[in-house]
Amino acid sequence: MIRTGKVDWVAHSILLLGVALFVLPVWLVFAGSTQDSADIARGDMSIVPNLSQLGIYSSVLTEAAPGAQPVWRMMMVSFGMALVIAFGKIFISIMSAYAVTFFRFPFKMLCFWTIFITLMLPVEVRIVPTFKVMAGFNLINTFTGLTVPLMASATATLLFRQTFLAIPDELVEAARTDGAGPLRFLKDILVPVSAANLAAMFVILFVYGWNQYMWPLLVATDPRLDTIVIGIVKMIGHEALTEWNRVMATAVLAMLPPVVVVVLMQRWFVKGLTEGDK
Amino acid sequence: MATLQLENLKKSFGTTHVLKGVDLSLASGEMLVIVGASGCGKSTLLRLVAGLETPTSGQIMVDGRDVAQLDPAQRDIAMVFQNYALYPHMTVFDNMAYGLRIRGLSREDIGKRVQDAANTLGLGALLKRTPRQLSGGQRQRVAMGRAIVREPKVFLFDEPLSNLDAALRVQMRAEIRRLQRRMRVTSLYVTHDQVEAMTLGDRLLVMHLGKPVQLATPMEVFEKPANTYVAGFIGAPSMNLMPAKLGHGGASAVLEDGHVITFADGRRPGQDGRKLTVGIRPEHLRPEPGGIEIFIDLVEPLGSETVVIGRMKNGELVSVKIPSAGSIPETMSVVIAPEHLHVFDGETGLRVEAV
Repeated sequence: MIRTGKVDWVAHSILLLGVALFVLPVWLVFAGSTQDSADIARGDMSIVPNLSQLGIYSSVLTEAAPGAQPVWRMMMVSFGMALVIAFGKIFISIMSAYAVTFFRFPFKMLCFWTIFITLMLPVEVRIVPTFKVMAGFNLINTFTGLTVPLMASATATLLFRQTFLAIPDELVEAARTDGAGPLRFLKDILVPVSAANLAAMFVILFVYGWNQYMWPLLVATDPRLDTIVIGIVKMIGHEALTEWNRVMATAVLAMLPPVVVVVLMQRWFVKGLTEGDK
Repeated sequence: MATLQLENLKKSFGTTHVLKGVDLSLASGEMLVIVGASGCGKSTLLRLVAGLETPTSGQIMVDGRDVAQLDPAQRDIAMVFQNYALYPHMTVFDNMAYGLRIRGLSREDIGKRVQDAANTLGLGALLKRTPRQLSGGQRQRVAMGRAIVREPKVFLFDEPLSNLDAALRVQMRAEIRRLQRRMRVTSLYVTHDQVEAMTLGDRLLVMHLGKPVQLATPMEVFEKPANTYVAGFIGAPSMNLMPAKLGHGGASAVLEDGHVITFADGRRPGQDGRKLTVGIRPEHLRPEPGGIEIFIDLVEPLGSETVVIGRMKNGELVSVKIPSAGSIPETMSVVIAPEHLHVFDGETGLRVEAV
């Protein structure tokens, strides 16, 4: 980092502009959530929030629209889904990366490339066959059906493989002479040493899971499995009938958990993405 | 304390024969230093003993028990790695205790052993730190501590000092020697540094291209190198090696420029005119008139001594070590001290002893 005594005005204006670009839409949603739905629909929405209307948040959280779940329920579903997807992906990816990095077995490179190729087949591409498989297992409208197909992840496998490749051979050998078997090495050495990368991966995957739309829309038609993202979309009906303030309040609530996760893990996140060798 | 024996140990990677049969026997408590240039197979040898590689053939016996097929942890062997290989997320204490925990020792036993090792190595105050808070020398000590706490039968050192700066290296070298003497643990020490090789070992094994070339005490290796490779490898600056022919009656060597050097220790076998290589260390060349004429290329003052590198008439390089003096002339005449002459066969490179 270059530090000069003077404040660099050009750099700061660019940065402030960037911040505004990100913050302004969020602010508009927040301001809109506290105003009258009809005003918003007419297009005269103030950018100053009406703080006397903050009660809308508790109303949105607990009171369900007819035929829908209250927002807190949908948030629980989303939270559960994001957590299970993030941990599931991390678990599977660590295992597969561990196998292709530290072990010699027949067709190892074939395995690796097979995993690699699935990068070209995200859920959206294989949505019909995946749905068929889930239907075959009777997993439509279940939490398992909602999460499992999103777990396998070539991206995380590749990232962990890179992390593991950077671990010096001597560390593996020292652990072997200390008597650590493969599982113990994984648990005692590899996972703690890769902790920063794990945290970074968790943040990315949590947000990924939280934002899922397409797959939950298809696989779960039962309103009890509605995620918050689905819930928002369902709230937007006919233009005149949509309660825009409630939609915006829900949107604000939907943004909070990912933000909390990112903020809490920010230090680890940056460390995991920037710290090359240890 | 234990003995270590290697019998016809071989290792190939595919068609590359890295070790071409090594026999070695270490007495209990002995420290043997393996020295050689990069790629001579010395590290592979160590890794085979440690169990990190599987030998292609041959036996590794610790205290008479063949361990060649055992896991590293079951061999009662501890290894100190070149880059220390400390667990970065563990404290110094945990680094040393890890292997003991896996072996299921009681908490008190572990605490006591680690504390003892830490005291021996002067690490007592650092037990709660993590490796990244330590200096290079301290990390090196922790790596040794990790080996000591296991109370192994054999210590293996894989160039443990090469990541340290020069001053620290000298200090740690002495420490390792003292420690090994005191603990009397049979040790194999691999290095490419000949000063370490000369000072640390009870015996020295020089390796070249996957084969042992000479196994003897450091002084014997220095005074009677078994062939031209060892002669050139051990000693700094390197021994001067020059082609020569056996003189009349085997009593002298005749250099290419016609200089005759009479052997001080007796005649060598062979026909007159047998091809020889004679070697003389730089410190055994005396600047004196009437000797070999050399044209000086380079002068390297070392403080108490000066190394002069020059060329003979036929273009061959010669280095001479002389006491530091004022100015060095452009040409110089040097005389070979015949009692320090080494004689090797011109074709095989093997040492030719007097008969």
